[in-house]
Amino acid sequence: MRLTDQERSLRDGAHGEARARAMDLLIRYGEALGAERLVESRNVAGAFNASTPSVRHMADDGFDRVFSELNLDADDVVDIPHMAVPTCQLITGIDNDNYELQGVDPGLAELQKQSEKYLGRRGINMMCTCTPYQVGNVPVKGEHCAWMESSAVIYCNSVLGARTNVEGKESTGAAGLTGRIPYWGLHIPENRLANRLIRVEADVDDMADWGVLGYFTGFEVEENIPAFDGLTHQPDLMKLKHFGAAAASSGGVEMYHIPGITPEAPTLDAAFGANARPDPIVYGRAERDRTWERLQNATDRKLDFVMLGCPHNSIEQMSLVAELLDGKRIHPDTALWVHTPRAIRQMADRSGYTEVIEAAGGVVMSDTCPSISRRLPQGVRVIATDSVKQAHYLPAIAKVQGWFGSVQQCVDSAIAGEWLGKVA
Amino acid sequence: MNQTATTPKVITVHGRKVVGGRAEGEALVTRQTISGWGGINEREGSVIELHHELNGISFAGKILVFPGAKGSSGWSAYFHMCRLNGTAPAAMIFTRMTTKIALGAVVTRVPAITDLDGDVFALIETGDYVSVDADAGTVTITKGGR
Repeated sequence: MRLTDQERSLRDGAHGEARARAMDLLIRYGEALGAERLVESRNVAGAFNASTPSVRHMADDGFDRVFSELNLDADDVVDIPHMAVPTCQLITGIDNDNYELQGVDPGLAELQKQSEKYLGRRGINMMCTCTPYQVGNVPVKGEHCAWMESSAVIYCNSVLGARTNVEGKESTGAAGLTGRIPYWGLHIPENRLANRLIRVEADVDDMADWGVLGYFTGFEVEENIPAFDGLTHQPDLMKLKHFGAAAASSGGVEMYHIPGITPEAPTLDAAFGANARPDPIVYGRAERDRTWERLQNATDRKLDFVMLGCPHNSIEQMSLVAELLDGKRIHPDTALWVHTPRAIRQMADRSGYTEVIEAAGGVVMSDTCPSISRRLPQGVRVIATDSVKQAHYLPAIAKVQGWFGSVQQCVDSAIAGEWLGKVA
Repeated sequence: MNQTATTPKVITVHGRKVVGGRAEGEALVTRQTISGWGGINEREGSVIELHHELNGISFAGKILVFPGAKGSSGWSAYFHMCRLNGTAPAAMIFTRMTTKIALGAVVTRVPAITDLDGDVFALIETGDYVSVDADAGTVTITKGGR
């Protein structure tokens, strides 16, 4: 791989051991990819927090050890200096306030808080959400980023027109310390063009519809770049957030184009550019119903747990959940947790939404989600969620039955204590 | 019997080194991409994705032959933990390059090869004995195990 003078001096240790380890990893990684060079990035979003039982023994040796091993893949423990470029923490394992409800041992909750202090002193912004673009990290079109979190990456590329591959814990650690990431994949303009066409013949309007279309898309195109034809309803942040998260769960979709909506596709022709336009993959009523059924991994209707807010809810979604729960009471045998970034939670508190949700028996969670934390209320056998992503992952991770439905179906079912949604 | 007689017992294919090194062992083959976070159990080194054809099967110590990675960006971190837990595959042979699989192979620190000159899914079956020399870019397959 071709390195600049600055990158060579980073590699050779002129800027300290940690940045040398970081550059060593970026070189190994870039060569594995077959990248020709690195690119400068001033926007890194990664996972740095020590918040899981598996890192606890490592943290006993100090947080430098955790960062050196898990964020740099280094053979030795190096002192970690301040990040070279703006860097943020994505979703983490523990809600700093609701850890007891999560069933987290207080010692582990304290470890996360100590870890956050360590990371904050090194310039890592504690956004603690899977949706940094909802709380102030909104890259501009064309900006080179180094982001983790598949649902954030697909949003960053497709909706914002910024450029990132799906990075990992180790590459974001290295990027934060050097401001570099391999120039490969979606950093390169010609790799951002569509190469699959999905013709939508079903009505796609509400959030659940967009999620189901995303889930279908991931299975059909895997890691390719689809363009969509035939979508008639204007989406918003919330719908594209769910759509992308779903496509990135069933496949490896990191970028898509919706002509007239997403910034790199003023038209369908522009979405494909020099690429040949392939035969369309049709998404009609039958495909929609089949995909909806595929999301139902449950048989029992008695409901123990309802999970809302994956990816983390926007303030509009918090408002909607409060409206649906206003004056109602969640069934005593059913728990309902709503997840939103902590910065948005503060708005929800001030707007009275948290109070309404709690009065109905629900819990507002931040910083984490059940799939990331692998923590659910005790004894849960059957869950329901308005999130395709959570419906995809949680049954496998937590060995529970899972229903998928709209936010209205989920809230109504939480009140009834049984799944009221339809199967198709 | 006839088929056995006409199939060469040892086959060699060539590819590009992703991570250097040599390893050998029993092949575990899937035509389906694998999720890291949410798709594997890093303590057991097994696939846990519900609808995956390898669901419940361990890849620890195996020569894992698969198209590549899908799903969450936790891919590398989970295979990294497999290495720390001693549950990683012995080598990776894959066909579709992505950042997830590249970084994952790098931090798993096992020999890894891609861009192969033969169809590994047609040539390698689960249970075949496979030697990977990533530095030389060769994969040697002994059909039916050793």
